[in-house]
Amino acid sequence: MEAKLRAILPDAELLKMYEQMVLSREFEESCAEQYTKGHITGFLHLYSGQEAVAVGATAALHRDDFILSAYREHAQAIVRGAEPKRVMAELFGKATGICKGKGGSMHLFDPSLSFMGGYAIVGGQFPIACGLAFAAKYRKEGRIAACFFGDGAVNQGTFHESLNWARLWELPVLFICENNSYGIGTSVARASALPDIHRRTCGYDIPSERVYGMDVVAVYEAVKRAAEWVREHNRPYLIEAITYRFRGHSMADPGKYRSLAEVELWKSRDPIPGFAKRLVEEGIATEAQLEGIRQQAQVTVAEAVAFAEESPWPEDGEVWEDIYV
Amino acid sequence: MPDMTYRDALNLALKEELRHDPSVVIWGEDVALYEGSFKVTRGLLAEFGEERVKDTPISENTIVGVAVGAAMGGLRPIAELMTVNFALLAMDQIVNHMAKVSSMFGGQTHLPMVIRAPGGGGSQLAAQHSQSLESYFMHCPGLYVAVPATPADAKGLLKSSIRDNNPVMFLEHELLYNSKGEVSDDPEFLVPLGKAQVKREGTDVTIVAYSRMTILALQAAAELEKEGISCEVVDLRTLSPLDTETFVASVKKTGRAVVVEECWHTAGLGGHIASLIYEGCFDLLQSPVQRVSGLDVPMPYSRKIEKLCIPQPESIVAAVRETMSGKY
Repeated sequence: MEAKLRAILPDAELLKMYEQMVLSREFEESCAEQYTKGHITGFLHLYSGQEAVAVGATAALHRDDFILSAYREHAQAIVRGAEPKRVMAELFGKATGICKGKGGSMHLFDPSLSFMGGYAIVGGQFPIACGLAFAAKYRKEGRIAACFFGDGAVNQGTFHESLNWARLWELPVLFICENNSYGIGTSVARASALPDIHRRTCGYDIPSERVYGMDVVAVYEAVKRAAEWVREHNRPYLIEAITYRFRGHSMADPGKYRSLAEVELWKSRDPIPGFAKRLVEEGIATEAQLEGIRQQAQVTVAEAVAFAEESPWPEDGEVWEDIYV
Repeated sequence: MPDMTYRDALNLALKEELRHDPSVVIWGEDVALYEGSFKVTRGLLAEFGEERVKDTPISENTIVGVAVGAAMGGLRPIAELMTVNFALLAMDQIVNHMAKVSSMFGGQTHLPMVIRAPGGGGSQLAAQHSQSLESYFMHCPGLYVAVPATPADAKGLLKSSIRDNNPVMFLEHELLYNSKGEVSDDPEFLVPLGKAQVKREGTDVTIVAYSRMTILALQAAAELEKEGISCEVVDLRTLSPLDTETFVASVKKTGRAVVVEECWHTAGLGGHIASLIYEGCFDLLQSPVQRVSGLDVPMPYSRKIEKLCIPQPESIVAAVRETMSGKY
């Protein structure tokens, strides 16, 4: 028997999580459209299907806790507070983008939000998360580093080096694996000797758990407990969230390595309608309210696209800026 | 000014900067309890404690990456790679992260950090422990590369590197650790990054060098003086930023140039320096620019043949004679 939502969070917080998941989905689906039109170019990795992980986890962190992620990070940035229009402008390569159009889809960053970056070399963010956690501990700031990564990253050397390091130096890092079953087209079973990713921390004496990542409240509760444990003990912890991406690895991926039946099964577990149903059943929102949230998200995304379209390109001289200070 | 070794000058720079700024921290393999493989970090653990002077696991990529994160988080980390050869295990963090985060994030963060790495050949350490990889780092935008030749420059450049807000690859030469020279004990003594220095004035030929090659160039210049050839020796001191102005001005004066590099000849930094000399003063050159380089081979162990692979004072002397006799 599931606990009632109201026993976990106030109505406003629950609705905010719904709103963030819907905004993330609308944003990503709009990105796909803009990519098809040629407005977004380069690599584009979409998050549709995985929203419950970013939204549930971010809601459970403190506002100044560091967040780092990989290259499928639009939703993480927006949920943390990045303006959708500045993220969209970044994807369009415009000067008004969150990184002045220099980073693009894979390298969103905003230190004023403690959003410390999207990294596109698999596993590159692990040591950086440890360094940020070390700085926070050294400066007695009381904040932790939440490091998101995919199931593919756990076979990189940096994963193992960083787990060992974080435990050895007693660093407040919360490792959050978004296990969507595939590293591009290679399934976890074909890449990992031990497919139960959360169990891989035992060699480093780091506690861990698995959570159902299609349930935003389950993610929230697990991350809340884990983050407070990390903060209290100044030690790392790992959460493996089981999730699924509804689209291919990137826009260039037709996804032939997985069956239609598998994709349809996971789409039936879509975290957004599932959460909507609970909100209505428990009397937290009406269908009409939720529809209003969806329409508002569409307006926000349309405004973001318009802003990106109208924004100027970077000046040529910008190419030499920001490399050195 | 007291005489001290290159090693002690580096050690003094570290101590002064750790005293100067509580955000300076240092870590690496064996730097704390063991006091460093080359004893550059001697006494640091005792004076500054475990919080600031830290041993690490043998995980080079993470040694660099943790420094990237710590620098982003407001500290001034100094990470030691036991030798520059092990930087190859850290190239992902050095090239893909340390060199990139400032620009790819639109200038919203910067990395006040230093990677110290001893290197160079001549100690019979064979192919995997004798490399001169400075061209690799110089090639990559976003990094600074410091290559001190003397104890004074070792101290002054290291202090400037620690205080700078850009990421610096600080390349020390293993054969220079015991070399001695006058070093200022002023805690505010700094050598600016990006400024070459004329280490010896001359009129006939310019020898452009860096790190240990500067010392060999000075020995060659003393030898050539006996023959009546006056060499000007320009010590680059940093490869990035590169002080093109100083060596081009020198070549404009002498009309002849020899570039000495310890790294491999093929695609080595000497080719780049030569091209800058041609671009800067082709019409004033009296003969082609000569390059003295490391041989294009993995370093052999045997001392008899190891010597053939590394520039020697005699090979610099020969190159200078060649450029003196050469004509356009």
